[in-house]
Amino acid sequence: MSESTETALGLTESRSIGGRILKAVVYLLVLTMFAGPLLALLVGAFGDIKDPTQLSIVPSGFTLENFDIAFDQGVLKYLLNSFFVVGFGLLLQVSVSVLAGYALARKVFPGMTLAFVAILATLMLPEEILAIPLSVVLADLPVVHFNLIGTLAGMIVPLGAWGFSILVMTEFMKDVPRELEEAARIDGAGDFRIFAQIILPMCKPALGVIGVFGFTMIWDQYLLPLLVATDSSSYTLPLALRTLRIDPAVTPGVVMAASLLALLPSVIVFLFFQRSFVSGLSSGALKG
Amino acid sequence: MSLDQADPAALPATGPAPRKVGRRGGGAADRRVRGRRGGRWWTPWLFLAPALILSLYFKFIPMVNAVTMSFQEVQPYLGNRWVGTDNYSTVLQSHGFREAVWHTIVLAVGQTFGAMALGFALALLMEGQSRRLGFVRSAAFLPVVVPMAVVAELWRIMYHPTGDGMLNSILALAGMGPSGFINDPDTSMASIMVTGIWRGAPYDMMIFLAGLTSVDRGLYEAARVDGASRWQRVRHVTVPGLRSVFSILFILAAIRGLRVFTEVFLLTNGGPNGSTEVVMTLIYKLGLEQNRLGVGAAGAVLLFAATLILTIIVQLLRRRESK
Repeated sequence: MSESTETALGLTESRSIGGRILKAVVYLLVLTMFAGPLLALLVGAFGDIKDPTQLSIVPSGFTLENFDIAFDQGVLKYLLNSFFVVGFGLLLQVSVSVLAGYALARKVFPGMTLAFVAILATLMLPEEILAIPLSVVLADLPVVHFNLIGTLAGMIVPLGAWGFSILVMTEFMKDVPRELEEAARIDGAGDFRIFAQIILPMCKPALGVIGVFGFTMIWDQYLLPLLVATDSSSYTLPLALRTLRIDPAVTPGVVMAASLLALLPSVIVFLFFQRSFVSGLSSGALKG
Repeated sequence: MSLDQADPAALPATGPAPRKVGRRGGGAADRRVRGRRGGRWWTPWLFLAPALILSLYFKFIPMVNAVTMSFQEVQPYLGNRWVGTDNYSTVLQSHGFREAVWHTIVLAVGQTFGAMALGFALALLMEGQSRRLGFVRSAAFLPVVVPMAVVAELWRIMYHPTGDGMLNSILALAGMGPSGFINDPDTSMASIMVTGIWRGAPYDMMIFLAGLTSVDRGLYEAARVDGASRWQRVRHVTVPGLRSVFSILFILAAIRGLRVFTEVFLLTNGGPNGSTEVVMTLIYKLGLEQNRLGVGAAGAVLLFAATLILTIIVQLLRRRESK
C-alpha cells in the first residue's frame, strides 16, 4: 500500500475546526446508534428496572439484585450448559477441521476432488433449511441408533461438520513450505507426526481465525439447541432468555442481566482477538 | 453475529478452489507427488474421516431425508406413506405459505439493501487509520458479535409499544409516534427489518472497509486534481473499485435473508396476525409444532431450491462479469 492515506470522503484527514466538529458529531451519532442499545442493556442489567418503559441509557441506581434473581431462576446452570457446548463443540470443530484440512492441502489422492466437493456442499446446507429432517436424524441416528434429543451432545456433534473452518485450514496449510515436510519425512517421520509437529504449529494464525469464529458462531447458535432441548435442564443461555421473558414474575431487569451474561463471552472473545476475527471475515468474503 | 453469518461467507470464496485442486494433480507436479507419498493410500481418508462422517450424518442424510419426507405422509409408529407430490401442492396452494414467501422476500430485500447502504456509508465515514477511529469501529461492530437471542430480547424491550417505551420516547423527541412497532401489523415488518439492519450493517461495514484498502489511493488524488467533488469521487472511483465486494455482500445477505429465523421467532413469532410469518417460522411450526413433517419438509426443499438457484444465478453473473 502506498504512503498516501487519502480516503474517499477525505473526512478523516480534515484538520479544520469545522471538519473536526463534523467528525465528532458523526462518530458520536454512530456510537449512539450501535453501542447505545448495548449501553442500555448494561444500565438495565445493573439498574432497578421493573418495567420495560424504564429502559434507558442513563443509569438509574446500581444494584446486583437482577443477577441474584437470575441465578435463582437457574441462569448459572444455563450458562454452564452454554460453556459446555461451546467448549466441546469448538474442540470438535477445530480438530475435525485441521485433520481434514491436512488431507486436502498436503495430499494428492484418488477421490480428492469428490471429498472437496462434499465439504463445499455442506456450506450449502445450513441448519435452518435442514431443521426438520435434522431433528428426525438426531432422534434416531442411522445405523448406531442413538437418540441425541434432550442431550447436550445433540447440540455439539453436528457442529463438527462446518465447511468454513475446513476451507480456511486447507487454504492456510497449502502455504506451508514443502521443504519442511520433506526434511521431516527423510528423517523418518510418519504422517501423523508431520501433521502434529510440523504443519499444525505453523498454522497458529489460522487456528486463531477458526477458533474465534467458531466460538462466536457456536455461542450464537439458537435453532440447533431449540431442536435438541426438550426441557430446561438442557437449555443453553440464549435459549433460556425466552423462557425467562415469558415468566410473568421476572422483570425486564432480570432478562437484561441474563442477556448481559449471554453476550459477554462472545464480546470478550471478539475484543481480545479482533485481528483474527476481522481476517476471518475477509477471508470468508473477499477472496475470489 | 449469527456468525452463523460466517458460514455462507465462505461460499463465494470457494468458487475457484476445486479447479485449483484439480490442477495440482497433473503435469510437472507428478514426480514430486510420488516422492512425498509417504503413507498408504488410505492415510488421507483417515484424516478426512471425521469431517466426512459428521457431514454425512448431519448434512447429507438429513438432506436426503428432507427430499424423501417431502413425498411422504410422515406418521410416527405407523410407517410413512408415499403421497407423491401432495405435500408440494398443499404447500404451494396454501395461502399462509405464499404470504410467508412474500414476507421472506420483503424482509430479505429490505435488510440486504438497508444493511448494505448503511454499511457502505459507515465505511466511508470511518475509513482511515487513526487510533480513535479503531475504537469507534470496534464499538460500532459490537452488534454483530452479540448473540441474536440477546439482540431480539433487547429490541423487544426497546420496542415497547406505549408512549414511554425507549424508542417511542426518542420518536417523541422528533415529534412522531408513538408507534406500536412489533405489536402493530402495519409496522411489525419494518421493525424486524430495522433490528436486522442494526445487526447487519456493521458486518457489511467491516467488509467494505477491508475492500476500501485495495482501492488505488492515487485515483482519489487524480480525481481531486481534475476537480471532482466528494460525491463524484465516491461515485466514479470508490463504487467501481468495490464492485466485487458489493456483489459478494449481496449474495451473502440475500441467502442469509431467505433463511431468516431466530429474530422473527423471538421478536414476533410470525405475529401479530401473521404479518411477519416467514418461510422458516412457518416450516418450524408445521414440522415441529403441528407434526406435519412431510409438508414442512416440502417447504424446506422449496426453500433450498430457491437458495440454490439464487446462488447459481449470481455465480453465473459474476463469472460473466469477470470475463
